[in-house]
Amino acid sequence: MKKNDSKAANVSSADAKPVSGKQLRSQLLPLLQKVQDKKGYIPDKDMQGIADQLGIHPVEVYSVVTFYSFLRVEKKGKYTIRVSNCISNVLAGSDRILRLFEKELDVKVGETTCDKKITLEETGCIGMCDHAPAIMVDDELIGDMTPQKIKKIIATLK
Amino acid sequence: MTVKREGPIVFSEIKANDGLKKALEIGKEAAIEVLKNSNLRGRGGAGFPTGLKWGFTANSNADKKYIVCNADEGEPGTFKDRVLLSEYARLVFEGMVIGAFSVGAEEGFLYLRGEYKLLLPCLEKILNVMRQENVLGRDILGKKGFNFDICIRLGSGAYVCGEETALIESLEGHRGEPRNRPPFPVNNGYNCCPTAINNAETFAVVTQIIAKGADWFKFIGTDKSAGSKLLSISGDCRKPGVYEVPFGVTIKQILKLVQAEDSKAVQVGGASGVCIPKAQFSRKISFEDLSTGGSIIIFNQKREMLKVADNFLKFFKEESCGQCTPCREGIPVLLEAIEELKRNECSGEYLKDIFSLTETMQLASKCGLGQSCPNAFVSILNNFPKEYKLSKTIKKEKKFNE
Repeated sequence: MKKNDSKAANVSSADAKPVSGKQLRSQLLPLLQKVQDKKGYIPDKDMQGIADQLGIHPVEVYSVVTFYSFLRVEKKGKYTIRVSNCISNVLAGSDRILRLFEKELDVKVGETTCDKKITLEETGCIGMCDHAPAIMVDDELIGDMTPQKIKKIIATLK
Repeated sequence: MTVKREGPIVFSEIKANDGLKKALEIGKEAAIEVLKNSNLRGRGGAGFPTGLKWGFTANSNADKKYIVCNADEGEPGTFKDRVLLSEYARLVFEGMVIGAFSVGAEEGFLYLRGEYKLLLPCLEKILNVMRQENVLGRDILGKKGFNFDICIRLGSGAYVCGEETALIESLEGHRGEPRNRPPFPVNNGYNCCPTAINNAETFAVVTQIIAKGADWFKFIGTDKSAGSKLLSISGDCRKPGVYEVPFGVTIKQILKLVQAEDSKAVQVGGASGVCIPKAQFSRKISFEDLSTGGSIIIFNQKREMLKVADNFLKFFKEESCGQCTPCREGIPVLLEAIEELKRNECSGEYLKDIFSLTETMQLASKCGLGQSCPNAFVSILNNFPKEYKLSKTIKKEKKFNE
């Protein structure tokens, strides 16, 4: 993270009210989430910018980013498909759903399609066990997955 | 979501603001007294008496106090808060306002798990309606000097943030690593201020209790576990979903309710809970017997229980914050033991060592995640001995520190 990149980190400061110390720091996660939503990852210069804005060391920001699984330090696909692998989903056949996604997208779990559009990931329980097998497409929860639905979902994203 | 839900407490009929109006009428001390009398215990799983918690927060001497609603339900097999917040959000928010009034807080947070981000617009809309109705804001419902507002914060996919001190760390903008307790959040919580942090379901129940009285509430449930519990039921059954049941209900009754057939085992309390074999299906959901945050997962005869334990431990390996040694280092050893059990290469002697390790983890881990992560493993190995064979030859045993 280079210090001189800080000006380029055009992070909206409207949300962080001009307060000091602890209250300012508590804005860290919302600020990071905003960048994540907008860019799909959190570039170094944004981490530097947020660190300057909150008056903390960029390494502190980095340590927070890397703690949370929905925040990324590397650019991945435009969309993210997360297949829940909690036990209720496994009982309902989530393994098969995952394999089918891998086949349809021609990637392995954790990878991104060649056209940089879709990243396929596994995740823990997403609170949709009553509609297992379930997946997340970005922020959307989709339950009762079937092979037919997989094709449809991929078609709408491509 | 048009299904009309039925239940004795949370899903029972209530008019908006009934609870809050009653609280304002009787006063803060009396409201906390009602909760103490009702024997309401926290619905997140730990079961701490809510009236006591709010009493401590109210008595803490500080300029600022906070109310936090924990809606970071990440326990595998739990989805009651999703249903509660999409259908009964107002009941939860009203409970938070009652809490603010009782303990003297002016600011509140709803910590919503990142996976439920799609609920956000709807929840913000409800908060705005409440602001327009002066249920949030300044001089709430004409009560001079009672100001309170709620801010929704999103999690970002960390299970451990459901632990109350980790959640506070996350709110403050830190890594979600649990703190040492004491001091407890009621004295030293968000930004070092007294903080009452409760599960979303607890707040919903509070609204109902204040509106309808402690006796109405205590009438339902068992002697030691008053009221009802929302259960998220999934797995091998015909009708998975959220059910409100009175405490004291047996596993057998639950299985009948969701039309589960040929059940072999039931996991009560999610990955950090225990696995119950058929012989124990007459046990009861209650704080004195089977305590749960709400997760019930059903397994039929075809399921292999070692795979279930394996799934849970892999989940914990992923979600352990890595801060303390028993949890961080213990989970991989348990996972390895499962692999050896699957290959019939684990000797009885080694299994004894493993069980002693699980005791260490339960005793020495810093937070609930580490303390409870061996539960499923231990209960599965104890309750389903037919599912694995111990090796008779004692191999050169591995040491934990290798």
